[in-house]
Amino acid sequence: MAAQEDRIIYSHIGLEGWNASIEKYIESGGYRILAETVKRPREELCDEMSKSNVKGRGGAGFPIGRKWSLLDRKSGKPIYLVCNADESEPGTCKDRLIIYEDPHRLIESIMCAAYAINAAQAFIYIRGEYINGYRVLIEAIEEAKKKNFVGKNVCGGDYSCEITVTRGAGCYVCGEETGLLSSLMGGRAYPRIKPPYFPAVMGIYDCPTIVNNVESLCWVPIVFDKGGEAVSKIGVPGDPGTHIWGVSGQVQKPGRYEIATGACTLGELLYDLCGGPLAGRRFKAVIPGGSSMKILRWDEKFNFKMPDGSMKEIRTEDIPLDSGSFMQCGTAIGSCGIIVMDNTVDMVEAAANLAQFYAHESCGQCTPCREGTMWMSRIATRICEGWGRKEDVDLLKSVADNIVGRTICALGEGAAWPIQSNVAKFKDEYCAKIERQKKDGGQGRLDNNAYRLI
Amino acid sequence: MEKQTVKINVNGVDYEVEAGQNVLEACRKVGVEIPHFCYHENLSVVGNCRMCLVMTGMPARDRATGQVLQKADGTFEIAWAPKPAIACGTRVAENMHVITDSDEVRRCRESVLEFILLNHPLDCPICDKAGECRLQEYSHAFGSGKSRYVESKNVKPKKVNVANKIMLDAERCIQCSRCIRISREIGGKDIFGFTKRGSKTEISVYEGADNESNYLLNVVDCCPVGALTEKEFRFEMRTWFLKVTDSICAESSAGVNTRVWSREGKIYRITPRKNPFVNDAWMSDSGRYVYDRFEKGNRLESARIDSSPSDKGYAAQRCVEILKLGKVAIVANGWQTVEEQFLIGELAKACDAKVYMASHVDEDDGKLVSADRTPNLRGALVTGLISEYPKPDLKELAEKVRSGEVKTVLCFREDLIDLGFEPKDFKSANIIYCGALENDTSRDAKVCVPLRSEFEKEGMWINRQFRVQKFDRAVEAPKNSYCDCEFLVAVLREVSGASFETPSIKRVRKVMCEKIPALRGCENVGKLGVLIDGSAFAHIAFPETDAMHFKKDSREA
Repeated sequence: MAAQEDRIIYSHIGLEGWNASIEKYIESGGYRILAETVKRPREELCDEMSKSNVKGRGGAGFPIGRKWSLLDRKSGKPIYLVCNADESEPGTCKDRLIIYEDPHRLIESIMCAAYAINAAQAFIYIRGEYINGYRVLIEAIEEAKKKNFVGKNVCGGDYSCEITVTRGAGCYVCGEETGLLSSLMGGRAYPRIKPPYFPAVMGIYDCPTIVNNVESLCWVPIVFDKGGEAVSKIGVPGDPGTHIWGVSGQVQKPGRYEIATGACTLGELLYDLCGGPLAGRRFKAVIPGGSSMKILRWDEKFNFKMPDGSMKEIRTEDIPLDSGSFMQCGTAIGSCGIIVMDNTVDMVEAAANLAQFYAHESCGQCTPCREGTMWMSRIATRICEGWGRKEDVDLLKSVADNIVGRTICALGEGAAWPIQSNVAKFKDEYCAKIERQKKDGGQGRLDNNAYRLI
Repeated sequence: MEKQTVKINVNGVDYEVEAGQNVLEACRKVGVEIPHFCYHENLSVVGNCRMCLVMTGMPARDRATGQVLQKADGTFEIAWAPKPAIACGTRVAENMHVITDSDEVRRCRESVLEFILLNHPLDCPICDKAGECRLQEYSHAFGSGKSRYVESKNVKPKKVNVANKIMLDAERCIQCSRCIRISREIGGKDIFGFTKRGSKTEISVYEGADNESNYLLNVVDCCPVGALTEKEFRFEMRTWFLKVTDSICAESSAGVNTRVWSREGKIYRITPRKNPFVNDAWMSDSGRYVYDRFEKGNRLESARIDSSPSDKGYAAQRCVEILKLGKVAIVANGWQTVEEQFLIGELAKACDAKVYMASHVDEDDGKLVSADRTPNLRGALVTGLISEYPKPDLKELAEKVRSGEVKTVLCFREDLIDLGFEPKDFKSANIIYCGALENDTSRDAKVCVPLRSEFEKEGMWINRQFRVQKFDRAVEAPKNSYCDCEFLVAVLREVSGASFETPSIKRVRKVMCEKIPALRGCENVGKLGVLIDGSAFAHIAFPETDAMHFKKDSREA
């Protein structure tokens, strides 16, 4: 069976004559769920969310219902809801489409979630570069306010909540939960230590705060409408719902594909939906979940535990598209941004490119990430420029090892994992490159045919 | 209320520690040092240096029931955390296990130090911090000793002048953010901040915000590396040549605990000493330079009788003769130690004199510079020299001199001309001046006795909280000067005929603590001082306002 899209979150996108106006959205049945939601008891809603077991779509994959249940409701402090729209993971662009094309879905979702957790105020922290997205949201919120879907006495009930849109500070680490909150409070986007700054207890202004990704929030009204039980049956049990796979890189048809979890394999996605590799090329490697996740060689083989419990050896293209399967293969789906690389890509350059990105984006707060990312970037760049030494390969790996698990936030891991896996899985390429450069006696870039990444 | 305790296990040894504190403090208290750069006990925790990473574990729990799994012998199955945790940001919990000496922890420390040293200039030979630099110490203790870094180091501003007090070298900075937190949390104002990002992050100073704070130099003490150095001390002396003496700041009645750093009789700098009941780890910038007033060449160099130099023994003898004439008034001051004030009290009794004092009141900054600019006014109250808060001048005494009621004034340190006396009054009475410095009074006094400065003697002061604190002698006194106590004992012996057999300060202190009920038990007050009962003086309107560790109305710390 050829792989098929299953559009739930993207249901409106690409429809004939669709635009971002509130009329279109109401026409298609929008805001009905919000009107029903504000009449239901909050415990029931949170219960539905827990039952659905839908995981967060921001990258860490923490179940939304569990996150809500950690909220400190006894403190007496106001509760805040923050929508994390600071989508800056390389290779990820799923939220952008929702914001630009279907902003009212997001607004309805935020209001549903805000009601369920009894938030006093909701924020949308949108990536600084999404300037038009910011304008779209502002306009959409105005429209929704006029129709009484946002603001005082939502849908005629007694719940009131405003949505404030804030533009991000143009920094990758602003997308990190606590870094986002620091930035939202007007400071540098420094992630904070946990404990004590668990957002659900000590979030923005030290009040309990829920930070959810755009796509995660879009699941909220769907869960409230269909019921947690029903949603938990979509896709595979461990990871219900659909994932929006943003495929980029060297494929025929890059784009965003919403697929129920486990409904098809990586190979089916890349060959059937994305049209396979460019003419005359073949796939070489895939980073499955935004650039921060571990890279997979296309010819890698895994011992895979099938749903029925039997073990089977599978190849990269056979990995089913759900979080559990990728975990088994030693990587993770992260934010579902698949970066495809074919045989023209020089892996050392790819690694250097990523390392430069992380060195540039490290906030500079904690030592291993601040200095480690810079060091990795300098080593990788040096190898690309022809100054590599034999010991650099192990050095690169060792630096990456020294970052993992020792930083304040996950940026350290995000920077080190791709390098660690890249060096481990393509060590031969590193060695060959250094060897060749040595033999030619020259400096400078030798693979002039390669696609230049740095 | 009883303090709550928890049991923790550090490197295999069980300890009982106070609940609620972090692992780093708990370990320090049981004698296990965990290296750290950014953590400071008086500042908020940011956990960014990652030097204090340790392995932590809690007793494993049964997945189904949540019960702690305990083995038959009472020990626990420990579920170790998958990642090392920062000791500064982790609270101790019941039965928590901590490992600070495993290979994993050693690797963490080594790698963090390697990372920090990537961009840290190795200019220890010309760095003022060398010898007291955390990075240097930890590199010796935990570092790998070699560098794997072959790239060039980051270039950052190297000689930034901060408020004319500090030199900032951004290249040496390890981004611990202590200075940012000190200026924000102690100074109450943002002065330092980070600019740029990632490895390029550098510490910088907000334009124009840098020249007002009187608490700026605390950042120099707390900077773990040589990024912030004091201009005054820069390139003056290697720290390992300096002798450290525990002292008390003489700037005000706050009684800030200090360390005096000196070499061969010269004081090079004064830094704060930790006292959680008085000043935490801070002191004012102005208090760091109080030693200046004794170094400017206006010391009273030798004893004088009728303006001609004399031996100090003769001068003391002359004092006794004059005091014996009667109609004596004594001018004491708030810089004298409690012991001296006690002896003055005895002397006053012996020659039937009244003791006068003048107050020195200035603005209170609500922190560590209190309104009363003398360190020991409370001492004069406790020893009974005065019973009311003194007036700012001595006009009352001047009147008495003019009317002939007082014929002899024994003046310590104060300048009578400043306090309401006129030059002609010096003719109508015998003025004896005893002090370390020359002033208008010393120039016209009948007898001058050179005494010692606060840094040349030891003793005790009582601060605004009624805390008795001890300070030691930091530097040698000038050859011709009298030790204050010795002089007072000598005079007292002659005047009263009473026997103070040995004129040692310890002896005086012992007698004093026996005689004055409030000072009972203050013979050895230790490093943190002893709080005494000041309720007897509750009726006095002291000029100090609420400040760090000080509430005007309650005498409690």
